[in-house]
Amino acid sequence: MIRELTCIVCPIGCSLKAEIIDGAVTKVEGNTCPRGKVYAENECTHPMRTLTTTVKCVDGSIVPVKTNSPIPKEKVFEAMKMINKTNPTLPISVGDVIIEDVFGSCVVATQNKK
Amino acid sequence: MKKELVIIGGGPAGMSAAIAAYESGVRDILILERDDSLGGILKQCIHNGFGLHRFGEELTGPEYAWAYEKQVHEKGIPYKLNTMVLDISSDKVITATNAEEGIFTIQAEAIILAMGCRERAKGALNIAGSRPAGIFSAGTAQRLVNLEGYMPGKNVVILGSGDIGLIMARRMTMEGAKVKAVCELMPYSGGLARNIEQCLNDFDIPLKLSTTVTKIHGKERVEGVSIARVDENRRPIQETEEYIPCDTLLLSVGLIPENELSKSAEIELDRVTNGAIVDQDRQTSVEGIFACGNVLHVHDLVDYVSEEAAIAGKSAADYIQNQAAEKICVKLTVDGKIRYTVPQRITKKQDATVYFRVADVFRNVKINVYCGEKLVLSKKKAKVAPGEMESILLKKDMLDACSELSFRLEEE
Amino acid sequence: MMYDVVIIGAGVVGGMIARTLSAYDLKICILEKENDVAMGATKANSAIVHAGFDAKCGSLKAKLNVQGSEMMQQVTTELGVKYKNNGSLVIGFNDDDRKTIEDLLERGKQNGVKGLRIVEKDELKELEPNIADAVVCALYAPTGAIVCPYELTVAAIGNAMDNGADLKCNFAVVDIEKIEGGYKVVSENASVETRFVINAAGLYADAIAAMVGDKSFTITPRRGEYILLDKECGGMVSNTIFRTPSKMGKGILVSPTVDGNLLTGPTSVNIEDKDNKDTTAEGFAHIIREANENIKGIPFNKTITSFCGLRAVGSEGDFIINSPKQGYINVAGIESPGLTSSPAIALMVKELLEAQGVILTLKDTYNPRRKPMHYFREASLAEKNEIIKKDKSFGRVICRCETVTEGEILEAIRTNPKPSDLDGVKRRTRAQMGRCQGGFCSPYIMKLLADEMNITVDEVTKYGRESKLITGKTKEAF
Repeated sequence: MIRELTCIVCPIGCSLKAEIIDGAVTKVEGNTCPRGKVYAENECTHPMRTLTTTVKCVDGSIVPVKTNSPIPKEKVFEAMKMINKTNPTLPISVGDVIIEDVFGSCVVATQNKK
Repeated sequence: MKKELVIIGGGPAGMSAAIAAYESGVRDILILERDDSLGGILKQCIHNGFGLHRFGEELTGPEYAWAYEKQVHEKGIPYKLNTMVLDISSDKVITATNAEEGIFTIQAEAIILAMGCRERAKGALNIAGSRPAGIFSAGTAQRLVNLEGYMPGKNVVILGSGDIGLIMARRMTMEGAKVKAVCELMPYSGGLARNIEQCLNDFDIPLKLSTTVTKIHGKERVEGVSIARVDENRRPIQETEEYIPCDTLLLSVGLIPENELSKSAEIELDRVTNGAIVDQDRQTSVEGIFACGNVLHVHDLVDYVSEEAAIAGKSAADYIQNQAAEKICVKLTVDGKIRYTVPQRITKKQDATVYFRVADVFRNVKINVYCGEKLVLSKKKAKVAPGEMESILLKKDMLDACSELSFRLEEE
Repeated sequence: MMYDVVIIGAGVVGGMIARTLSAYDLKICILEKENDVAMGATKANSAIVHAGFDAKCGSLKAKLNVQGSEMMQQVTTELGVKYKNNGSLVIGFNDDDRKTIEDLLERGKQNGVKGLRIVEKDELKELEPNIADAVVCALYAPTGAIVCPYELTVAAIGNAMDNGADLKCNFAVVDIEKIEGGYKVVSENASVETRFVINAAGLYADAIAAMVGDKSFTITPRRGEYILLDKECGGMVSNTIFRTPSKMGKGILVSPTVDGNLLTGPTSVNIEDKDNKDTTAEGFAHIIREANENIKGIPFNKTITSFCGLRAVGSEGDFIINSPKQGYINVAGIESPGLTSSPAIALMVKELLEAQGVILTLKDTYNPRRKPMHYFREASLAEKNEIIKKDKSFGRVICRCETVTEGEILEAIRTNPKPSDLDGVKRRTRAQMGRCQGGFCSPYIMKLLADEMNITVDEVTKYGRESKLITGKTKEAF
């Protein structure tokens, strides 16, 4: 089976074709860099996404956060639930860990807030 | 007050320009920023995808801004926050206001314009129907959601498939809203392909191309919109009209450089970019005033903004340090298929990267640069699209004996 | 408590009446069904002070128009409202038009309009360099002027309130009961008692009249759509440019506004629904087509907003200003030139009250003047800095497009009649009225409003009732 994909690794957004045999990616075409190949392989077997959102601090202020690495795509709404329930306290610095483990990644702050 | 270099705007362009000027030896710098912190619009762009070119990793907007802000702090570059520039004169007197100092003036030796852009508002679209609450530009919605923690709606239709609109489709979905459709007047999206993939397709949000909103319904809050497909002249086809119930209409219909101050300084503007006409140093028609970032022309990637701003910063430093340059003048012209170039003219005999945008989606074409009828440069492109800025390098030897270079997009 | 006078409707007519009566020792209350004043026809019209050559000789419209036009300069000066005597031109394209223009000249003279004359093409070109080449002549009315109708109304009602009048918004009158010595005016959840009722209810004046048993007239809404262009375009014309009226109506005008924008419109379509302020694709096309026939090269791509107003057209062909019952006065069917006539209408109402035996005693505390809403904007640099020194918020710019400071916004929120929604702040300060239409500043203004009103940001509305801007908070869905 051939699956057509749009690479999301960088702004170029290459159109990819992945050949899938018995659930495994055997060939990737259309990528302009090696990361595109990795993306296609992951996307056809276990798609991953970086989640960016905000967290509400105890004092009510809003701080932007992200998962430090991509998490399984089907888990993003569950991850949102965890993040929405978390209320850290200020001050917060860029890179501070807000949640230790979220589906194999951790949630970190992306902005300083005093 | 007197300053060697004043930079109007403390967003990614202003900060990058300030750092570059500092690194070129200028110390008497002042950044004027109207908001309460540096960073500009990046502060509300909490998604990732920034900085791949400049830092080799994907950063979020606030992280990208912080990378520059840190350098501003480390170098001790002065800035004033909550300070709005009201006027710039052509002899480089800046009038600004803030709560602490009132209205004050600064005589600058050089000025870098880095005010950014604003969103095209709904007024410009003349959409029929009522004017209820619930119509927001995508950027306003982004501010409300990401900085203030408020939801501007629950059931959303987005008009315009610019990147901010796509990003907001995902963001509002993540916060529990239902995005019912993204409508795009043109037969192609104005946003990046990867944003269509990860912001719409991931959540099964339909992208309706060649479709527009024909009417807004609702007396107090938006109750729904009528949408219709458009013909090749972009006129709605009545038979295709359908009603979508929703409480919110977000508009992502284009960005316009904010050049009110450039006009007050009598700077010559480009009617296509809505920004200043500049040379390769990003110097405007007024000597000593430079422009960079989205106030010059709307960029799709902040990485290019930083790059361009660094050129402006370095050039402003050169100007202040009075390094006399050889003066040639080569005008760059376009054929319409290529909508514009930045810079629009070349004044020094040195290599220069020229950025440009095309007017439509074209496949298998050549970007040809002519001196008179003589082809001096040709670059093949498998695909070009209005949403993606392109660039081409002019070598200094191409500038010999030529007062005009014409950029044409031609079939292969 | 028994009021002396209750005025139903806080438009320009009700506002001017309230202001005129507030000079006297009367307890006055203005009732308004919307969340703010100036929400009906007052909000969306051509903003013209007409010279007075249009109305039929001998009509109430003709008389009050000329009288109002003459009063307007003094009224606006006292109220601190922008007024510009820019002149007006009725342009003609052919011999038929010239004939009509000559008739208008004659009619205008009979109505008492001063300075009217016909100008020929060459002079016209000098007056208006952008006038279309096909125009052959025009009726020039040097007394024609422009004013901002909602600014005038806010100021008039604010001035009335400063002189003791009450204003009750969100008070939609559903019934009027006769009581001993007056009337009880009733809404869904409140009522006020008064000796006199003045019906200035605009589109709904017929419904109000019916509540006291007067079914002598009806009001039909007439849709008028407009397109407003960026300040960049305000200089395209200096006079207000009308077309020659024909069987098809008065046509599309092109006018500068006192704030420097360019206004084009209105369309003119009678409709049924008094709530239907929808703009239409046909309306836009009509405006653009005719405006471009009048003036060369209007850049409609610089449109900043479009809107639709409903004019209250009475069934009697003239203003309906009368007192069919003791203690009750109709001020109905106030279509164009209603804005111009409003100060004169107020005087006429005052006389009607006196005719009913009301003895008017001038209050010694009465102050006809109001601090201009735009005083900061027009202050000198030194004056501005003095103000900022006393109150830092005047140094903080909130609306970038129109350069409106936090101080000006806070002051507007604290000044009678106090706005309680985003559009109310917009009409008073011009914040959100520029090119970006509130894209940048509306979140800031929402916060300022919420703080001043002691409510939360998500309770702030665009124009009252259910026009909420925020539907909830983030982090709450999952």
